[in-house]
Amino acid sequence: MSAFNAIGQEREVDQNEFTPEIEPQATWCPGCGDFGVLKALKGAAAELGLDPEEILLVTGIGCSGKLSSYFESYGFHSIHGRSLPLARAAKLANPELTVIAAGGDGDGYGIGGNHFMHSARENHDMTYIVFNNEIFGLTKGQTSPTSPKGHKSKTQPQGSAKDPLRPLSMSLSAGASYVARTAAVNPNQAKEILVEAIQHDGFSHVDFLTQCPTWNKDARQYVPYIDIQQNEEYDFDITDRREAADAMYETESALWDGKVLTGRYFKQEDRRSYHEEKIATGAMPEDPIAEQYFDDDHEWKRSYDLLDAHR
Amino acid sequence: MTANELVWRIAGGSGDGIDSTSQNFTKALMRAGLHVFTHRHYPSRIRGGHTYVEVRARDEPTKSRGDGYNFLLSLGDSFARNPKEEAYYGKEEVKPLTENLDDLREGGIIVYDSGLLDDEDLPDDFDERAEANDWHVYPLDLRAIAKEHGREVMRNTAGVGATAALLDLDLSYFDELMQEGMPEEVYEANYEVLTDAYEQVAAMDHDHDIVVPENDHESDQVLLSGSNAIAYGALDEGCRFIAGYPMTPWTEVFTLMSQHLPDFGGVAEQVEDEIAAATLAIGASHAGVKAMSGSSGGGFALMSEPLGLAEMTETPIVLVEAARAGLSTGMPTKPEQGDLEHVLYTSQGDSNRVVFAPGNVQEAYTQTRKAFQIAYGYHIPAIVLYDQKLSGELRNVDAAFFDEEPTPDLGATLTEEELEEAAHHASGKFQRFRHDPENGVSPRSIPGQRGGRFLASGNEHTPEGHISEDPENRVAQMDRRLRKMEHIREELDSETSHQTLHGPEDATYGVMTYGSQQGTVEEAVDRLRDAGHDVKALGVSDMMPFPEAELTEFLESVDRCLVVEMNTSEQFRGLVQKELGRFGPKMASLLKYNGNPFEPAEIVEGFEATITDGSFERTTARFQPAAGD
Ligand SMILES: Cc1ncc(C[n+]2csc(CCOP(=O)(O)OP(=O)(O)O)c2C)c(N)n1
Ligand code: SF4
Repeated sequence: MSAFNAIGQEREVDQNEFTPEIEPQATWCPGCGDFGVLKALKGAAAELGLDPEEILLVTGIGCSGKLSSYFESYGFHSIHGRSLPLARAAKLANPELTVIAAGGDGDGYGIGGNHFMHSARENHDMTYIVFNNEIFGLTKGQTSPTSPKGHKSKTQPQGSAKDPLRPLSMSLSAGASYVARTAAVNPNQAKEILVEAIQHDGFSHVDFLTQCPTWNKDARQYVPYIDIQQNEEYDFDITDRREAADAMYETESALWDGKVLTGRYFKQEDRRSYHEEKIATGAMPEDPIAEQYFDDDHEWKRSYDLLDAHR
Repeated sequence: MTANELVWRIAGGSGDGIDSTSQNFTKALMRAGLHVFTHRHYPSRIRGGHTYVEVRARDEPTKSRGDGYNFLLSLGDSFARNPKEEAYYGKEEVKPLTENLDDLREGGIIVYDSGLLDDEDLPDDFDERAEANDWHVYPLDLRAIAKEHGREVMRNTAGVGATAALLDLDLSYFDELMQEGMPEEVYEANYEVLTDAYEQVAAMDHDHDIVVPENDHESDQVLLSGSNAIAYGALDEGCRFIAGYPMTPWTEVFTLMSQHLPDFGGVAEQVEDEIAAATLAIGASHAGVKAMSGSSGGGFALMSEPLGLAEMTETPIVLVEAARAGLSTGMPTKPEQGDLEHVLYTSQGDSNRVVFAPGNVQEAYTQTRKAFQIAYGYHIPAIVLYDQKLSGELRNVDAAFFDEEPTPDLGATLTEEELEEAAHHASGKFQRFRHDPENGVSPRSIPGQRGGRFLASGNEHTPEGHISEDPENRVAQMDRRLRKMEHIREELDSETSHQTLHGPEDATYGVMTYGSQQGTVEEAVDRLRDAGHDVKALGVSDMMPFPEAELTEFLESVDRCLVVEMNTSEQFRGLVQKELGRFGPKMASLLKYNGNPFEPAEIVEGFEATITDGSFERTTARFQPAAGD
């Protein structure tokens, strides 16, 4: 018997179950793209029939990091850039949890870039949502790793001399097994992609274009987007790394030129997720480690048995 | 000084097998019934250079290195003798002999590998010094003996054979250990090397008067290091998750845990950096597993932010800080006690964490267990602070000491049944951070449990975990988190003390230290007492919350107190003065920070110079190392 009853009970779920009863409802600015992520996530969780208590949502710091305050589930609002390592360990401690990590582009691609690369590489079974508004929101509008070249801000008054990062290409080359981009202005696609990402058995990276009307007034997320799955011009095989890489390259370059392409780019289903890999090599037990502590009959091994080597 | 003791130093280049040979030698002496203690000295270099391990063996419990040593087995640095790469390594093969001469006691023995060193390699004054110090020198072609029966690397075994012949040690202990640890063929070759060297040396004339004391252990003994003890303490306390990034000397605990955890039903993760490592420990603990991480100075610096997160979100974790000589990367393989303030105060805000600094191998085991009990019982990070000295030193301990049942209890954590009864917000959200618990601990739930939903936030938060800047809530939460510290102190005070008093309670003078210098201070105090000084020692382990009552009692009871620590800024003494707010004028400091731990005689000398000879005005004595120390 599982020590965690909330996990895996099948039932109909209303998306309002993911709305906490707190006042004020949100500190996000009117028109902020973050509302779109919240809505899409609630819709996806309900569609998947998840229980708020079987989800652990780990966020970083930023406007985006407040997602865990407005989404009702087990939550961890951690520190800037560190949502992924925290989420990874929770998944290893109890693989039965549905683990979602989320944060901004500064949080995930800037300060947390190292964790992003390694989490993708290890292919942890979790969903990573990056609120990509091409700006630092919470600290009031500084240039972020995804801000366009030439972007002017108080910290880069002459305009950024750096090309923006290519987050999709980065996670693909680091080893993510599911990579997609969606946008807050595209709610149906966003929900569908999140459903797929959460279901996916491996590291799912969703670069979620959001708008920051407060600091990033001329962001290109306002322009019409093109869903590449619904457009024959962009026909490619999403299970093929090379084709996916080309499509991502084009998508990222297009964004720099002011054209927004979204959709699914890569999906690899024949690869074991990280905890499955560890279980297969004998580096981790099959049953959730967390359950041991709730099982009165669990036999605890003693260090005393190791002392023979020291005699 | 104990006259009848063997202090055997084996010296060579890093990579010459000094560590493994000394471990076997130590174990053999332990099996022969002696009390043993090792001191390791090595450079931050993989191959070559000068490294040694000192093995002290006596007929009574031994808790410190000695003063100098009386038997040198110098293997020479075999990596230096590489004609092709001489320009790179230099001609350093004689260093393991010459670098060690200053500490060799009068009447000591030297065995060196004449197969590696030519006569002209020896320093010009070598014979002169040998004669002046009555050293008994046995050049022996260890290299040739090794080659004759096996391979050159067996020079170590030849050296042990020679040692056994000179000290009249029973070869059977070495024989057994070799049989246990080697494949048949390798063992056979080694056995021949061992006995050949033994016979050659036994046939030589001996006129030294060093004898190995005799003793018998009444109970089963094991040979353990501080790092072994920390790892085993963690395993017995039900720790089933570790995350880390290698850094000397923390790597020793990290490696041990990584090797054992899968067998124990746990998981170990080597991750991208120390920030990730500490954050993983938080994630695993949050999800219901007893978790640890750790590092050494620089890596611990990276953990400062996650440490604060664990405090704020009240997520229990245990961190190990294995200090080495700083600043910055400092001296990676040398001990120092300079990280105390770093560990106590690092991170933003008012720290509330628990810090233990065990004083020996046994305490490393018990206090690691205690660290887990407190961390999980009070939802607070607990840190085990030790250093490179305690990390690597080996000593014999009664095996029965470790014969304790594991206590895997998850601490103040509710089951689903208990959650049903627990306080909830009107919205159904579990009140994880209630203001009212008397001891400050509001029990937690684990993600996946029915009825336990809450938000853990590093921002200040309400009882349900919502981010809040409400002033009343802020004060209530701060006060509650701090309230835990008083209760932890009470719990610690109600148990066997972590502070170790040594000597009579009513002594006039005191010597106080923290952490790994405890054993050395105790031996120094024994010698001071033998010399007629009325003195006692206190080894302190509880750094935070501070053992106010015990230290007040100790300091009130003495006229003057010498505080011994391995750093320059008197960090421990500063802590005592900060916490107690008085006794400053009663204390004098003895400091050493050259990369080597104190020898007992240095403390004896420091005590006499500062405490009893009238020069007490000078409150800080910086130890001036002898050449070669
Ligand atoms: C270690 C650390 N450095 C800096 C900050 C300050 N800080 C808070 S949010 C933020 C940037 C947020 O930008 P982004 O991740 O893009 O999220 P957004 O607010 O746009 O959603 C920064 C720099 C911090 N909290 N911690
Ligand atoms: S500052 Fe920008 S990102 Fe932050 S809440 Fe306002 S609109 Fe959203």
